[in-house]
Amino acid sequence: MLRVAGVASLEDLFAEIPAAARMKRPLELPPALPEGELLDHLRRLADKNAHADHMVSFLGAGAYDHEIPSVVWRLAGRAEFVTAYTPYQAEVMQGELQAAYEYQTMLCELTGMDVANASMYDGASALGEAAVMARDLTGRNRVVTSSAVHPHYREVLRTYTRHLGIEVTEVPHRDGVTPPGEIRAATGPETAAVMVQSPNAFGCIEQGAALAQVAHEAGALLIAAVAEPISLGLLRPPGDYGADIVAGEGQPLGNHLNYGGPYLGMLAARREFVRRMPGRLVGMTKDRDGRRGFVLTIQAREQHIKREKATSNICTNEALNALAAAVYMAALGPGGMRRVAEVNARRAHYAMERLTAVAGISRAFAAPVFNEFVLRTPLPPDQLNGRLAEAGFLGGLALGAWYPDLPDGWLVCVTEARTRGQIDAFVEAVKEAIVR
Amino acid sequence: MTRPPTTMPVIFERSMPGRIAAAPPAPDVPDVPMETIVDAEHLRNTPPTLPEVSELDLVRHYTRLSHRNYSVDAGFYPLGSCTMKYNPKVNEDAAGLAGFARLHPNTPAPLAQGALELLWRLEQMLCEISGMDRVTFQPSAGAHGEMTALMMIRAYLEDRGERRTRVIVPDSAHGTNPASAAMCGFEVTTVRSDARGNIDHAALRRAADGSVAALMLTNPNTLGLFEEGIYEVAEIVHNCGALMYLDGANFNAMLGITRPGDQGFDVMHMNVHKTFGTPHGGGGPGAGPVAVKRLLEPYMPAPTVERDGDRFLLDGDRPKSIGRVRAFNGNFGIFVRTYAYLLAYGPLLRQVSEAAVLNANYLLALLRPHFDLPYDRRCMHEFVLSGRRQKEQHGIRTLEIAKRLLDHGFHAPTVYFPLIVSEAILIEPTETESRQTLDAFADAMIRVAGECATDPETVRNAPQSTVVTRLDEVAAARKLNLRWTAGKEGDS
Repeated sequence: MLRVAGVASLEDLFAEIPAAARMKRPLELPPALPEGELLDHLRRLADKNAHADHMVSFLGAGAYDHEIPSVVWRLAGRAEFVTAYTPYQAEVMQGELQAAYEYQTMLCELTGMDVANASMYDGASALGEAAVMARDLTGRNRVVTSSAVHPHYREVLRTYTRHLGIEVTEVPHRDGVTPPGEIRAATGPETAAVMVQSPNAFGCIEQGAALAQVAHEAGALLIAAVAEPISLGLLRPPGDYGADIVAGEGQPLGNHLNYGGPYLGMLAARREFVRRMPGRLVGMTKDRDGRRGFVLTIQAREQHIKREKATSNICTNEALNALAAAVYMAALGPGGMRRVAEVNARRAHYAMERLTAVAGISRAFAAPVFNEFVLRTPLPPDQLNGRLAEAGFLGGLALGAWYPDLPDGWLVCVTEARTRGQIDAFVEAVKEAIVR
Repeated sequence: MTRPPTTMPVIFERSMPGRIAAAPPAPDVPDVPMETIVDAEHLRNTPPTLPEVSELDLVRHYTRLSHRNYSVDAGFYPLGSCTMKYNPKVNEDAAGLAGFARLHPNTPAPLAQGALELLWRLEQMLCEISGMDRVTFQPSAGAHGEMTALMMIRAYLEDRGERRTRVIVPDSAHGTNPASAAMCGFEVTTVRSDARGNIDHAALRRAADGSVAALMLTNPNTLGLFEEGIYEVAEIVHNCGALMYLDGANFNAMLGITRPGDQGFDVMHMNVHKTFGTPHGGGGPGAGPVAVKRLLEPYMPAPTVERDGDRFLLDGDRPKSIGRVRAFNGNFGIFVRTYAYLLAYGPLLRQVSEAAVLNANYLLALLRPHFDLPYDRRCMHEFVLSGRRQKEQHGIRTLEIAKRLLDHGFHAPTVYFPLIVSEAILIEPTETESRQTLDAFADAMIRVAGECATDPETVRNAPQSTVVTRLDEVAAARKLNLRWTAGKEGDS
């Protein structure tokens, strides 16, 4: 091969690299490991983690431990999907393209929106992109966000908008929900969008319709963030209460916790906004013989055509996670999505009732909740979690780090993956931890 | 040769009321009416129109879809700049370990020591390979890394009281570079390439002044060529007070051979999914960690992974940080694969690049008599040909050559990129392909080149062996159909 390539040696291949830039020593890396030792080492690292098979978890706050039917990753994990690239040659990528088109449809159905893209990085970055989209759509430079939007989402929103001349105003929550009156006071003729999340960072369900009305009265868009899409099996979808753009996290739809990623950014919008959407879109078309087929479409919005005038710089997305989400939604269907959402709500409310019956524990907010809720604890939540960990439980999130005004706030999550037996045992462990 | 217009049903067409593939558990708690839990006004009135299918229906649907996909596990994928290498299966097993896949991102650091140790060790390795000092794991993809890096550069400059407004990007750059610069509020100045495919030094000198924040350079560049004057370039850029940013998309060509940190770069992103073995998933997930020299460390997104004796922790106390670019700490599952890949190679990583570059030069030698070669230099891990000859002599466009290759059983190379080469064909074989595969692909390319002269109609009508023939992209864009609606053939 060297001879055919016209070089005398491997070293010769790199002759065009300036000598001073060439490494004169081997890389200082650990020695190569054979497969058995490699897996052994990784298993040892994995076993140091308190994962959800090892501890009974009541932790949510933007990432949710749901049951994943085996069929989801048996299918999404097929090598033909996993080892393919972005579908640039549509004729040999009809599987990926049709799956993405079906995902777009299912996401529209779940959120009540008209159009959805084929995925973003995660919920937080999708919200950042949605702000840019709203600025472009309205020609206005301010966004108003509720402080009950997930703190990470708001941080990312600030990072994404900082250099684009978009000003972010935060409106504090009142009793765990966003007050429409204060949102109204904060909006004006410069407001491009109002951003709310429901269920929000406290698990509370927002008055979506009232907030949409306030946004629309100011000529602004309502951007609805969704961190727990399973809730949409039961709750009124954003499209139904007047959202113009939905930016959400799709991890709960069949994707693993993965210590935070890869996750799935969901983005959906009203029909007329489609040409301002970032990311890839798959459309239906026909081939020369009249057969139905699928292609990437309106790519003129994208960076490989429009460069600095593109709607966004997103390129590699989370296609495989979107595929898993589609398989998940198809596996459950409308009835299953409703049922799984109901089981979440019922078990969470059961747990909430039992926990608030423990002396010293009370609910922080009265607003209705879906599958997580904030409790006030007599013991600092971090300390409580420490004692629970000794008993084999991952307790709720100590909210104080995110909301300093809630130093005793404890955000507890209960999904369909927690059985009644586990909930009962958790309540007993909480009781013991508090009296100890 | 026209086949009957058969179509694969969409999953909604397989739907039968009442079927379900996965049933959620029974609530097994007291059965209170939903309206007492959630006010009626918050409840959904109409269920989403999702498919209703049995598990077997579901399995057959997605299995058949998978058969309609071209993948690395099934065939050669010479997409230039995409680095479609074979990825060892052990990486998938590693990422699937419950201790990683089932680990919640809000787990307190003392209970996630294995994950943090993995990230800490991985950071050390990436620093050694890149010649940089620190790594942030947050960016979820290469373009996300570009944006993050430019934001750090901007924060660094502003901290020094400098408000620089421009970023220089060569005309051969990835489209994401200018788009990322725009996301950070920079104006883009494009600088052309010279006759040897390097960035034009004279043009760079003219562009480089006190308003420039950074040069975004891909090296080896998207022509598959190493920037011969990289030190002069770095000098010009640094002399005007700007920083050197490396788009690491082509990092696969230089592992253990040369380090960006030693070439004068101050910051780079790595497409770990390309370079360090993660399958592309039909378009992701990937990850785009950014490695920086010490001067940019204060501006990294928080939190960073730190070591304190034998404990590992997340440090969120970074007052100069640009802020988060995503929730949680990056695409961790991809980093498990990256870590496994690096442990499997260790110092042998150099052989990856040697084989990648050898394969590219071998394939180039086989193809050069049959296509135009715009830059006649030693290539790195990819090379760019031009279909100019086929277009001028036979009226065949490069797109048609690409489609005809599909009929010969190969995925097409990247076409029409880089933009500065007319009828560009960018080929990247990667290190994982055998000589036999490269020979077979060269034969197919040469056969198509021959067909352009002897049977141009067949080339123009390609592909014919695929499950659909040439798809009408213009119609798709004109009459948008982005979702299925029963009875409307999915009008959006």
